[in-house]
Amino acid sequence: MYKNKITPYLFIIPALVFIFIFVYIPIIENFYFSFFRMNSYAPGRTFLGLDNYKDIFQNDIFYTAIINNTWYAVISLIFQVGLGLVLAITLESKLLGKERKFFRTIYFLPSVIAIAAVGLMFYYIYNPNLGLLNAVISLFTENEFKYAWLGRPNTAIFAVIAMSQWQFTGYIMILLIVSIQKIPEELYEVAEIDGASSFQKAIYVTIPQIKQMILVTSVITVIGAFKLFTEIFVTTRGGPYDTTQVLGTFMYKTAFFYDKMGYAAAIAVIIFIITFTTSIIQIRLANRGGD
Amino acid sequence: MKYGSYNKSNYYIKKAITISILIVFAVLVLYPMYWVVISSLKTNNEFLSSPLGFPAKLRFENYLSAWNKGFSRYFLNSILINIVSVVLTVSIGAACAYSLARFEFKGKNIIFYTILAGLLLSPQVAVLPLFKLLVRLNLYNTYWALILPYVGFNLPFSIFLMRSYFLSIPREIEESAYIDGCNAFTTFIKIVLPISKPIIASAAIVTSRFFWNEFLFALIFIEDRSKYTIPIGLSHFRDSLTTDYTTMIAGITIAALPMIILFLIMQKQFIKGLTAGSVKG
Repeated sequence: MYKNKITPYLFIIPALVFIFIFVYIPIIENFYFSFFRMNSYAPGRTFLGLDNYKDIFQNDIFYTAIINNTWYAVISLIFQVGLGLVLAITLESKLLGKERKFFRTIYFLPSVIAIAAVGLMFYYIYNPNLGLLNAVISLFTENEFKYAWLGRPNTAIFAVIAMSQWQFTGYIMILLIVSIQKIPEELYEVAEIDGASSFQKAIYVTIPQIKQMILVTSVITVIGAFKLFTEIFVTTRGGPYDTTQVLGTFMYKTAFFYDKMGYAAAIAVIIFIITFTTSIIQIRLANRGGD
Repeated sequence: MKYGSYNKSNYYIKKAITISILIVFAVLVLYPMYWVVISSLKTNNEFLSSPLGFPAKLRFENYLSAWNKGFSRYFLNSILINIVSVVLTVSIGAACAYSLARFEFKGKNIIFYTILAGLLLSPQVAVLPLFKLLVRLNLYNTYWALILPYVGFNLPFSIFLMRSYFLSIPREIEESAYIDGCNAFTTFIKIVLPISKPIIASAAIVTSRFFWNEFLFALIFIEDRSKYTIPIGLSHFRDSLTTDYTTMIAGITIAALPMIILFLIMQKQFIKGLTAGSVKG
């Protein structure tokens, strides 16, 4: 329809320039940085080969971070995908009428709030002396309960993880609801004629039909768990005693507290490898099941 | 569907149980938010002495005090950065998406997949070289230090979203405009963009949610307090207002409200954009 040969490129070039300068080139450069010792402002750099990576694998904080990221992923799969699925099926079941819209909106609400705001909200909720959580527990136990949820190494990471479940379960639920709504009504009618209970309909009709979306949401959840930064930074900053470090905060601390840019770049490469391979798995799975 | 008398009472019992459980979850979601809003309207003494109590008098002054202690500035910065980034992302993205949807040209597939692959790349992996680049370009600690990378990282998603929409528009509409003497550019501006309002709204909402929340770049690329965005300002507030709890909590509410309001007004576009993004993101 359009004959001019240059026009299509004119439409595309601005976008390509942005994507190359601010996404692709920095990411490639990051790989390069990871082989050097360098600082943020000083111009000099020393080639180290794979030494940064060797150092990372001997650093205890790295293992703490990996374990914390993994906890985040596992617990988020259980709550956001698992509970999210149960809520989605319940809200879309015939049992509910107009109320479903009300619950849907409420459950989704936390996910539209900025993570930094939610993080600070829970920073106060978990406060040992004046926080909501201890105050509510005190109501039930009658003696004053003063536990520093974010201050104790045993509970800090789980307190932050719990906050994310509060924030994002409704988000995953909405994604699942949208795909449940696309299931043809006839499938349920057939199941009903066969005398299926609502539980059986969920197991034999709904879940197989939205298998694809369950996979996609699981992958999003896992990737999110390894990209984690803000949640930790605004609540614990990685403390107490580095027990809540995750890969993102470990990278930040290495780069901007210890000024070891090359070493931090190597941590970024590890984040890249984990999130990128997970994405590739997602695409593979998505293509295998048709659209 | 007809229920027997037994079945009917059974149905109501089931429904009552389900709704009670759903209400428990709704309370778990809403109560912390309610607590934050109520706390933001207390005096510091009320907040310290009875965390669960209701204030004697609603102190809206806390909001004024948060606003005056820097929030007005953070708010303005966030809005400014948000508007410029959204306009750039949507306009540059729409042009690119249109070309990919309508024109045939050499290298089209490679270009499309290169852009699409951008969806898989995490900002954390680019943040250190970007920091160095921005220092070199003298953009560090300016609004552009946030706007330019934000646009770069959000283009792949908006292009993906808008391209599939443009593909669904019947070609005939544009062909008649073309016969009437429009060129590719004027057709795009006068015909395509106006009928694409819903998808542009979705792209704008999803990207602006990203810009409004973004933390890592804003933390690293901005140094002056006067240029902080809301998330960074909030986080800084926590350290500087260590004893003024209720002002701080009013600040959290100010930060949360705009997106909640936007969501409640534009639920449909919100959810449409988010679900489209997740499928391939």
